Amino acid sequence: MKTVEEIKAAIEAAVPVARVEIVPNGSPSAEHSLLIDAAHGFAVAKFLRDDAELALDYLSNVTGVDWLDKEIVEKVKVTHQVSKTVDGVEAVVEETVEEARKHVVPGHLEAVYHFYSMKFKHGPVILRMRTENRSDKVELPSLTPLWRSAEFQEREVFDLFGIVFTGHPDLRRLLMWEGFKDYPLRRDYVEPDDFEYEPTAHDEVLARAKAHQNREQGSGNKDQ
Amino acid sequence: MSFTETKAGKFEGWNRPPVIETSDDGELLEVSMGPHHPSTHGVFRMDVALDGERVVKLKPVFGYLHRNHEQIGQTASYLQMMPYTDRLDYFCSLTNNWAYALAVEKLAGQAVPERAEYIRVILAELTRIQNHAAAVGFLAQDLGASGTPLMYAFREREKILDLFESLTGSRMMCNYMRFGGCRVDVSEAWLNAARKVVAGVPRFVDELEALLSSNEILLARCQGMGVLKPDLAVNAGVTGPMLRATGVNYDLRKVDHYGIYDRFQFRVPLGEHGDVYDRYMVRILEIHESVKILEQALKEIPAGPIMDPKAKLRGFKPKPGEAYGRIEAPKGELGFYLISDGGTSPYRYRIRPPSLVNLTILEDMCLGHNVADVVVIFGSVDIVLGEVDR
Amino acid sequence: MGVGEGSADLGLNSNIDQNLKIEMGKQGIFVTTIEELYNWGRRSSVWPMQFGLACCAIEMIATTMARYDLARFGAEVFRPSPRQADLMIVSGTVTKKMAPQVVRLYNQMAEPKYVIAMGACAISGGPFKQGYNVLKGIDRYIPVDVHIPGCPPRPEALMEAFMTLQKKIDGQSLTGEDRPRYHDAEATGEFPVPEPGEHDLEPSSNPLVWITPVVIR
Repeated sequence: MKTVEEIKAAIEAAVPVARVEIVPNGSPSAEHSLLIDAAHGFAVAKFLRDDAELALDYLSNVTGVDWLDKEIVEKVKVTHQVSKTVDGVEAVVEETVEEARKHVVPGHLEAVYHFYSMKFKHGPVILRMRTENRSDKVELPSLTPLWRSAEFQEREVFDLFGIVFTGHPDLRRLLMWEGFKDYPLRRDYVEPDDFEYEPTAHDEVLARAKAHQNREQGSGNKDQ
Repeated sequence: MSFTETKAGKFEGWNRPPVIETSDDGELLEVSMGPHHPSTHGVFRMDVALDGERVVKLKPVFGYLHRNHEQIGQTASYLQMMPYTDRLDYFCSLTNNWAYALAVEKLAGQAVPERAEYIRVILAELTRIQNHAAAVGFLAQDLGASGTPLMYAFREREKILDLFESLTGSRMMCNYMRFGGCRVDVSEAWLNAARKVVAGVPRFVDELEALLSSNEILLARCQGMGVLKPDLAVNAGVTGPMLRATGVNYDLRKVDHYGIYDRFQFRVPLGEHGDVYDRYMVRILEIHESVKILEQALKEIPAGPIMDPKAKLRGFKPKPGEAYGRIEAPKGELGFYLISDGGTSPYRYRIRPPSLVNLTILEDMCLGHNVADVVVIFGSVDIVLGEVDR
Repeated sequence: MGVGEGSADLGLNSNIDQNLKIEMGKQGIFVTTIEELYNWGRRSSVWPMQFGLACCAIEMIATTMARYDLARFGAEVFRPSPRQADLMIVSGTVTKKMAPQVVRLYNQMAEPKYVIAMGACAISGGPFKQGYNVLKGIDRYIPVDVHIPGCPPRPEALMEAFMTLQKKIDGQSLTGEDRPRYHDAEATGEFPVPEPGEHDLEPSSNPLVWITPVVIR
């Protein structure tokens, strides 16, 4: 099978407008993936399926990943002009100070697709698409019109992560009930507080049970 | 109950299921089959619209056994998740173990000793035999053969469960495989017991076949029922015996060459029509092929260690990266997708369930058939809800 | 020599000498009480509902099969309809999406009805307790008669639970203060069905059934 670089070149030749980026994979599995911009995701996926050499006719796995906002602390050397009194004479001296600067890399939601070819029995080719942020711009193009196998899996990603797949024929919650408001697999999801009794609590569960008990006792005192 | 209308959209790979013409008055009876229904193999629900006896619409509803495996996987350590994989497809705990161990080994670049590979093959094929036997039994149960074929299947299953229990300590939830090997070694006595059980399997399958394969009711209700076309099956990601019954030759044991399957002589049974009967037959033939693999593996198993000496189980922290490991589980392609951020627990733990994806085309197969046949078609998919909903 | 002393009010058996009873039995005279006869009939034909939730359901099926043969306890007739069943075996994890259906099925069963919570999940959520969609034990909504620990419990454990239930049925009196719920005209056998809410089930437990145990450490 073609390497990731060759596939990238093939995509750029076939869909020139698409931006393709290789996401390296540091683990020994060395399954590198291709990051496609969401606007041209559908066209690229269509090319991957219909290309005679690749023929990725089988979409095995669709899943979501939540990447939170990341706070990156960088140490930057900054030069200040400081007025100092040196030997009784006031002078302006340049001083270099290390400052910690924080900047936030905005988080995003990511959809990951694993493709194989049943015709040539090769694979996997991994495709990733990212949403702009985690709150309001969470649309990605659905690949269900191309591969039927994405139908339930994309619904599941919508249910658990909240990625809205445009072009999906029937986008509803899959696992949780209708009327459920949260997206439980997001990493900032807060679970309902139902740990009132813990016979053998430990670690995180113990912390949650204690928090619950404190809350109950607190509210009980207020009532009295 | 609601039948949300499928939105219009471009479909460039598959066709929407055909619209079934309804009779003159056009009045439909909407039935919710499940989540408590004797033939849905658990807590599965289908919203069915009926025109008389005929199915006009069918929407599966999931989530009644959604046990949050993937969320727990993000907080537990890598090794802690091994017993949870037992509970995915609770008929086949050992193949689930293997798929997870394979994914982690891929993520961490771990080798597996030869003897452990043999043990894995032996246990996986035993699992396949008992799963297929039970699947055929449940299919016959759905057809109305109340009891007898299922009792035959469970009688055989108990023998295999005894082997699992004596080796791993548990009948169903084996928790046996580890990253880089297996938990305990097999004894010569166990191998002899396994040889004895395997030697008895062909006789059991012949018995089951004599009972079912040319049974008039089974032929009438299974042949030409729930036909699935190969191109739709590939597009819908159907795997396992379901796919091979349509005639597509795709068995991960042959395609991915994982483990040591290259060393064994076996064939991949293929169907021709893609109907319920072919699925039944493919399963029966796969039991025969599993017996062949088992005979070879039980003969050739070498002595040696069962754990990679470099393997680390406690405080296991793979390097940042990701891996997708998949095996041919009895129900189809079972995959684990793991993302590591260098910590003790996976950043993302995803299970690619064969049962859920195989249900994608349930509506296409059932439309136009009688409601009693929906039960049969559904039974022939062979799903386990623990894996569908996870 | 009262066998049911204190418990029986129709209590003929408190006046009968057990040895005399056995002696009369040898002569072909059968002496019993209504209570004893009634309980004997009920305990020998407990029909469970055909109702499997998760992994434990497979062990439940294995129990009915040839090797373990639940028919020996008069309980092999699994009824698909709750109206015809006496016993609900909650065999497996109850999720929050499924819990309303489980309670509704229990409400639909005719009295007298019993519940066996089979496996760690049905008791407390078991290994999946941390899950956001997992109910932390079915006894938050319906009364449970027998709990079986195990993940999954072996078929022998389920049979032990059956015997425990049979003993419980044997000990139930027809009248008096400690008579079971279904002999009390004022007691109800129906329990409120929880509604799926925006974040969790509402209510998250039924205070009539579930009293939070006090943890002493």
